[in-house]
Amino acid sequence: MKQLIAIFSLAAILAGCSSPTKLDDVKVEDRTPTTISPSLTPSGSTAGSGGVGQTTVVPVDLDKTQNTAGGPNGSRVVYFDYDSYSVRGGEDQATVDSNARYIRTDRNRKVVIEGHTDERGGREYNLALGQKRAEAVRRSLTLLGVPDAQLEAVSFGKEKPAVQGSDEAAYAKNRRAEISYR
Amino acid sequence: MTQALHWRRRQLLGTFGALGMSAALPALAQFRVEVTGVGLTQLPIAVATFRGEADAPQKIGAIVQADLERSGQFRAVDSSGAALDEVSRPDVALWRQRAADSLLTGSVTRLADGRYDVRFRLWDVVRGQDLGGQSYSVVQSDLRLSAHRIADFVYEKLTGERGVFSTRIAYVTRAGTRYTLWVADADGENSQTALTSPESIISPAWSPTGQQLAYVSFESRKPVIYVHEVASGRRRLIANFRGSNSAPAWAPDGRSLAVTLTRDGGSQLYTIDANGGEPRRLTQSSSIDTEPAFSPDGKTIYFVSDRGGAPQIYRMSASGGSPERATFTGSYNISPAISPDGRWLAYVSRIGGAFKLQVMELGTSSVTSITDTTADESPSFAPNGKLLVYATIQQGREALMTTTLDGKIKARLAGQAGDIREPDWGPFLKS
Repeated sequence: MKQLIAIFSLAAILAGCSSPTKLDDVKVEDRTPTTISPSLTPSGSTAGSGGVGQTTVVPVDLDKTQNTAGGPNGSRVVYFDYDSYSVRGGEDQATVDSNARYIRTDRNRKVVIEGHTDERGGREYNLALGQKRAEAVRRSLTLLGVPDAQLEAVSFGKEKPAVQGSDEAAYAKNRRAEISYR
Repeated sequence: MTQALHWRRRQLLGTFGALGMSAALPALAQFRVEVTGVGLTQLPIAVATFRGEADAPQKIGAIVQADLERSGQFRAVDSSGAALDEVSRPDVALWRQRAADSLLTGSVTRLADGRYDVRFRLWDVVRGQDLGGQSYSVVQSDLRLSAHRIADFVYEKLTGERGVFSTRIAYVTRAGTRYTLWVADADGENSQTALTSPESIISPAWSPTGQQLAYVSFESRKPVIYVHEVASGRRRLIANFRGSNSAPAWAPDGRSLAVTLTRDGGSQLYTIDANGGEPRRLTQSSSIDTEPAFSPDGKTIYFVSDRGGAPQIYRMSASGGSPERATFTGSYNISPAISPDGRWLAYVSRIGGAFKLQVMELGTSSVTSITDTTADESPSFAPNGKLLVYATIQQGREALMTTTLDGKIKARLAGQAGDIREPDWGPFLKS
C-alpha cells in the first residue's frame, strides 16, 4: 500500500514538472524488421549443423520424449549403491520428491517405476533385486502422498542397462529405478 | 524294418504380427561342435562314412559320430578309407586292430520322389556280431533327425541308456536390439525361430511334452509370462499380474507352472494353471523367493531364497510348507536344476566374483565345481540325466556348452556373432 502512495506522489510531482511532449516533434525512426533467430533448444533431435535458418524444422522423436512428455523437467532416475535397495538421501530423495509432486497433480496419471541392477549376477535373481529398487521408490512416493493405485513397480533386472561396460562407473549408472510416465 | 519319421517342426513360426516375427528362416547360426576332455571309460567306435553321404545334403555318418562324441561316452576311431554300407560284411579283424569295439556302417540314397532312404547296421567288432540295424524313409528336412535317431540307437544298444540326440534345446540370442528365441536340435544345429522381439526374452522352459515353451517377455515393457506352442506359433499370456511375472517352471504333469510374482509386493512363488487363471501363493516371506524347479516326481520344489541374508537354494513341498535349506557352501547360490532321476542338483555359485556351475549329489550333499569358466549361467539337464547344457563366456564370447556331470567331457555349441544365453533342454519326444 505504501508503495502505491509513493508512486502516485511521484507521478503527481512529475506531471507538475514536465511539459508535455508533442508527438509531432519526435523523430520517427524507421526500423526495418530484423530476422529473429529461434532460441528453442531442440528436444531429442539429432540435427547438428551450426546455423539455424528460417526454414529449419526441428524434429521431435516421440520414442525419446515419450517418457518426458508431461513429466517434470528434472530427473526421473533414482540411483542406488551396490547391494542397496533403499532410496538414498540428497539428490535421489529430491528426485522422488519432485516426481511425487508432479504425479499428485493428476489423479489419472499412471506411473510405472522400473527397477534395474548392474550386470553382475543371475538374470532371475537380479530381476527380483531390481524389483526391490522399484518397490523402494514406490514406497517413498506413497509416503509423500501419491495414491498407490497410480503406481506399478516392475523390474528389468539386468536386461536394460543404461550404460554398457563392466566397470564400476557403468555399474553405478545401471543400479537405478526409473519413473516412467506411460 | 522301415520307419517313417514324422517331425512337425517345419512350422515353428512366431505369428504375433506386432512383433514382426518372421517365418521360419534357415538357421543363420551354424553350430560346430568342439569336444574337449578325456573320459575314464569311453567306448571306441568306428563310424564309417555312409555310402552316398558325400552327395547327400546331410553328412549322416559325421552327424552320428559328433553326437556320440559329445555324449562323452564314446571315442571315435578313424574310419577313413573304409567303403562300407549296411549290407557289407566287415573285416572285424581289421577293426579290432584299429582298437574299435564297434563299427557303424550305412547308406543314404535319394529316392525317385525326392525323399531319402537311410539305412544302417551296427557291429560288435569284439565278438564279430551284428547288433542290428534299421532303415528310414524321410523327407530331406528330416535327414538330420534320421542321423540323430541312428545315434540314439547306437547309444542305447551300447550303453543301455536312452540317447538324447533327437531331443531339442531352446535358447535366446541377442543381436543389437533384436532378441530371438530359438529351437534347435540338441547338437545346436537346425535352429528355427520361435519368437523375435525388440525387447528381452528370458527363462525359456519346455513343457513336459516338448510341445510348448513358457518364457518371460519384456515386449510390453514389464516382465510377463507366455506359454507358446512351437509348432503353430500360437501363444497365450498366462501371467500379467501387477508388477513383475517371471521364472516359469512346469510341474511334471504339465498342468501347472510355478512362477515368481510380485503382485503382493516382493518376489514370491505361486502356482498357476497352465491355461492361466488365479494363482495360488506358495511362499510367505518378506524376502526374495524365486527360480522354482520341480523334482521329477512333482512333490518337491527347489527354489532360491535370500531369507537368510544372501541367495541360497531351498526345498519345500510342492503344496507349500516350511522350506529347508539345501545349499550350505558359499554365500551366493542360484539357478537350481534337478536331474531327471532326482539324484543331482546343478546350480550356479558365485565364488570370489566368478559365477561357477556346481553339481551336488543330493544323497550325500557333496558338491563338485565342474567348469573352469567364470560366467556360468542357466544349467539344464538332458532328459537322460547324463549331460548338462549351460551358458558361459569362453574366449570373450557368450557360448552354450554341454558337459558330462563330472565335468570331464565338454562340448561347445559355438554360435555366430550375437550373444547367446538362457538354454533349456527339452524332453524326450514321442517318436
